[in-house]
Amino acid sequence: MSTQADTKPKPTQFYELRCRECHTPWGNQPISFCQKCFAPLEVVYDWASIKPQISRDEIARRGTTLWRYKELLPLPDEYDASLPVGFTPLVKATNLGDALPGGSARNKSLYLKNDASCFPTLSFKDRVVAVALAQARNFGFEVVSCSSTGNLANAVAAQAARGGFKACVFIPSDLESAKVLGTEVYGAQIVRIAGNYDHVNRLCSQIADKHRWGFVNVNLRPYYAEGSKTVGYEIAEQLGWRLPDNVVVPMAGGSLITKIYKAFKELVELGLVETKNVKFFGAQATGCSPISTAVKAGRNEIQPQKPATIARSLAIGNPADGFYAARTIASTGGWAEDASDPEIVDGIALLAETEGIFTETAGGVTVASARKLYAQGRIKPEETTVLCITGNGLKTTDVLVGRYEASEPIAPKLAAFEEYLEQKLTGVYEAFGEARAGARGGVL
Amino acid sequence: MSVTVSIPSAFRRHTEGLDHFDASAANINELLDVLGNRFPELKPHLRDEQGNVRRFLNIYVNDEDIRFLDKDYKFAEGDDVTLVPSIAGG
Repeated sequence: MSTQADTKPKPTQFYELRCRECHTPWGNQPISFCQKCFAPLEVVYDWASIKPQISRDEIARRGTTLWRYKELLPLPDEYDASLPVGFTPLVKATNLGDALPGGSARNKSLYLKNDASCFPTLSFKDRVVAVALAQARNFGFEVVSCSSTGNLANAVAAQAARGGFKACVFIPSDLESAKVLGTEVYGAQIVRIAGNYDHVNRLCSQIADKHRWGFVNVNLRPYYAEGSKTVGYEIAEQLGWRLPDNVVVPMAGGSLITKIYKAFKELVELGLVETKNVKFFGAQATGCSPISTAVKAGRNEIQPQKPATIARSLAIGNPADGFYAARTIASTGGWAEDASDPEIVDGIALLAETEGIFTETAGGVTVASARKLYAQGRIKPEETTVLCITGNGLKTTDVLVGRYEASEPIAPKLAAFEEYLEQKLTGVYEAFGEARAGARGGVL
Repeated sequence: MSVTVSIPSAFRRHTEGLDHFDASAANINELLDVLGNRFPELKPHLRDEQGNVRRFLNIYVNDEDIRFLDKDYKFAEGDDVTLVPSIAGG
């Protein structure tokens, strides 16, 4: 692996890696931290060269995938843009808005950025992997890998299968079975580690140090993380090229919230949206809340925790971007909240019952935290607020076991159904009086 | 106590290319002193100006992040110490 600082970007690439702390440039290469001061790297762009190439109209002419923002992403000269990743729905959430504290404001301006429907593996991790694998091919990696709490493993396995990479992913041994199966089915090699995610992650840093593999969230991490910016670009475009007042973002490693912030800042710099002081709110599970704990204590320094939560996709006790996430929240006037396991399950159910969207535990964390933020008055009903729903509930059905009782089957006879109707569905029809009257008259 | 320190590749230009180093130290602080004295170029990467372990340096004793250990944790003979710069993941 080259670690020389003299790697120059190609003339057509208007981006390169730079240290987040000492600002040393490192060209473009598969490394994640500064070889001088060992702080993390991030991608910086030559906006003066990019700005003339992009406009709202130009973007509007392109396909509805994340590739429509190609100039704003660290993509190599050649990449496969055939996979329709991203551009997920931004859904107006009037019913959920009514159910959240702050009055029954029908005018509550609440939206859901619904990555539970992201292609191909139903989480926002499809975005970051799309960018990472473009660079994996550019750097000549044959094996791609990751440390994962589940969703990332799904995304790496699926996109590696399509892209012709070998995939080997590392996961904690206690992951939800749907997330394990949802990786195995693509033919990826899974290495289960007897430990939590932080153990897995440390091991992957050591493996990446020794083997020439493309770890999307280790040596390819600066590129990978930029894929999260597309959540921010899409929110702005789908709001009619304007920024919201607030965003509520679930936090695991803390990268997503910092990248949405970066996306909004870039759009302002490019003149695509008006400037606005968007408040960033972070959401964690109480059982793994190193970032929200830091925010509540008024500090940016993170004290790691040992995760104990059903929100396994957020169970990172030593978050790589925790410091930057806490700083982003504080600097924008936002806040962080966290949700207990029962609150997470209630959040999942509330979103499903009000908006017909089935999210995984991370989404339950976001909804439950948003409920607290409204109750505290930190988010005001009339403000335009976007909740980031990052994953799909079909992957974490285990947390709902016991919440819903299986009903007894009834005979396939109309009389049996009428009896059932009287016994079980009375409440339903009381809520819809006219329908009940119609049913009695034989017309449903 | 004699402990073995695993040196990541990014640090090895400061450790004469060594990927492991056996040190005699009673605790973390003493170990950082030993490493800093033995490898002066590595020293500024271990602690900041206030003497605290640098934010982007992660240190593990056996499998445990040192931030989970007692402040006065004393090494046992044969402990493995791992240095990981700038933890990634997520």
